[in-house]
Amino acid sequence: MKPRRIKAIAVKESLQIVRDPRSLMIALLIPLMQMFMLGYGINLDVEHIPLCAYDRENSQQSQGLLKQFAASRYFSVRKVVHSYTEVARDIDDGTCRLAIVIPAGFSQGLNDSGTGTVQALIDGTDSNTANIAANYARAVISGFSSDLQLESAQRKGGTIQTLTPVNVQARVWFNEDLESRNYIVPGIVALVMAIVGAQLTSLTIAREWERGTMELLVSTPVKPMELMLGKLLPYFVIGMTDAAICLALAVFWFDVPFRGTLATLFFTTSLFLTVVLCIGYYISVSIRSQVGASQVSLLLTMLPTTLLSGFAFPIDQMPVIVQGITYLVSGRYYVTILKSVFLKGAGVGELALPMLCLALYAMVLVVLAARSFRKTLD
Amino acid sequence: MPGDAGAQIIVDGLVKRFGTFVAVDGVSFDVARGEIMGFLGPNGAGKSTLIRILCGLLRPSGGRALVAGIDVTKDPDAVRQRIGYMSQKFSLYNTLSVIENLRFFGGVYGVPRDKLDERIRFAVEMAGLAGRETSLVATLAGGWKQRLALGAAILHRPAILFLDEPTSGVDPGSRRRFWDLIHTLGAEGVSVLVSTHYMDEAEYCNRVALITRGRLIALGTPQELRHRSLGGELLIIEREGIADAIDLLQTAPGVKDVAVFGSALHVLVDDAATRAPALVTYLTGHGIAGATARRIDPTMEDSFVHLVGAAAAARGEPA
Repeated sequence: MKPRRIKAIAVKESLQIVRDPRSLMIALLIPLMQMFMLGYGINLDVEHIPLCAYDRENSQQSQGLLKQFAASRYFSVRKVVHSYTEVARDIDDGTCRLAIVIPAGFSQGLNDSGTGTVQALIDGTDSNTANIAANYARAVISGFSSDLQLESAQRKGGTIQTLTPVNVQARVWFNEDLESRNYIVPGIVALVMAIVGAQLTSLTIAREWERGTMELLVSTPVKPMELMLGKLLPYFVIGMTDAAICLALAVFWFDVPFRGTLATLFFTTSLFLTVVLCIGYYISVSIRSQVGASQVSLLLTMLPTTLLSGFAFPIDQMPVIVQGITYLVSGRYYVTILKSVFLKGAGVGELALPMLCLALYAMVLVVLAARSFRKTLD
Repeated sequence: MPGDAGAQIIVDGLVKRFGTFVAVDGVSFDVARGEIMGFLGPNGAGKSTLIRILCGLLRPSGGRALVAGIDVTKDPDAVRQRIGYMSQKFSLYNTLSVIENLRFFGGVYGVPRDKLDERIRFAVEMAGLAGRETSLVATLAGGWKQRLALGAAILHRPAILFLDEPTSGVDPGSRRRFWDLIHTLGAEGVSVLVSTHYMDEAEYCNRVALITRGRLIALGTPQELRHRSLGGELLIIEREGIADAIDLLQTAPGVKDVAVFGSALHVLVDDAATRAPALVTYLTGHGIAGATARRIDPTMEDSFVHLVGAAAAARGEPA
């Protein structure tokens, strides 16, 4: 390997990039757009669930319960209805996800036996949201019950302790506010890097074939590894710039807490970038058309990174076989690392295993990608 | 340097198949140091394939090729270091300037740093591009692009140059100038293998190989090919509508071959002096009066057409 040849290729490739300002703009703007689109678009927090209230009693107590729902940020009372037919229709057409039906004898029961029954009808089409809605509804109702108990205890002169034997004080670590954005956004950085990284290099060899410059390049003594390193170098710089933009957006725009060190962050990012650049290069070598290579690289990076990296969908919830497959997805390691660096402030010690995997992955791909290029026209 | 004493290129029984199609069919020849060898043949004859094999870009299906004494299949990178190549399609970088292209190829070929500036200056001057060093290649006219490509191909002082139809699509003045450059290189000891489908360009070569359908059908100096290969003398017969008499003349006594050339016929005969008046009489006897016949010097095209026809006949195919 001659550094001279690598440099010549890198300079040439950089000049080509600079002479094509449109593609350079795309390389820098696309990640910005994706960060905003995905950062705002993907929100797993369930808030303001539309709710219909059917109060068959209309007492002070039933209204009190509905006020609790209205006060909760998880629900917004969209409609007050007056029949089951209306309830059914509103759930059918999606006006509300949840209907709270308070029966006629609600306050009577509360006063007589200390218990009342409330019906919650939940739209189960989105089972995840339905579960969350049910849990939140339960929480609102139990809050309402303890208020009632407190009131009646005070009336009877009792004490709180006898009424609440166990009081759970849950403390959430790492993502104290339980903001899904805090754990989604670092994953989005990984997703954007995977897509953009592979896109950058997917055109580099295909372009030479399409413009007819490959024939001459192949006739020179340049070695496949020199060609690859020379070509990846400028894209590595662009990719790291993209990474810096994405990470800065995550911290300063989306307010994701950043607790790790920049060194860990950029070291692991450079490993992941190497992997995705090599994937794009490999595809570019295999598919000698720019359009084809760009599409295949989009497919091969976006799908696995979205579905199998654990960026939004927890890997430990997947079937065992699929969990096995996730080990082949480089994004998996990077997502793990990013989340830990961001939220837990993890360093090299804690992240040794995923970092090692990523480094190994990068090494294998560098060799594979370089060797995929054959210096013949056959 | 290996091969200094003898041939710089040795090709022996070279075969290249693409599936069932035989692109190169048992070709053998060699090229001496400083020799300019022309490949003449129609498009699709296998010239480019042959050159690509010699540059190590395609693997031969059979036979052997030594370039600068090195087997192209065994050590293609060693071959690549010693050759310069100009592909049929212009393949420098259009979005780079003249100087940037030359610097790139200088770097890739590993031209010593202390010599690079001087070599680039030489290439720029040779190509007549002085003053346009910073122009983007895309803005250059065809002839200049070709000369720049040649300049890029000789930056590393290769012993052997492969030029694949370097002058196609270039105006006649630029073509002439390009051939002057090739001769200068040949005089400096560079072996040049150049393909063309311009018959007149074959005259500029030291030796010419006629190639058709993947086969080398004749090899010799332009002089030899023009005269000896015909195996007779050439008459031109002119008259309005004479082309219709081609079948009639084919069977006339003493006639070996007839070919249409523009509005006239070129007729190959055993003896021009006696056959010229005889053929005029023969035509008149068959109702075609007023034709003229005179002896001409055969061109490369005459020779080529004749040899292609003879080669096809030998294989029992239509020409």
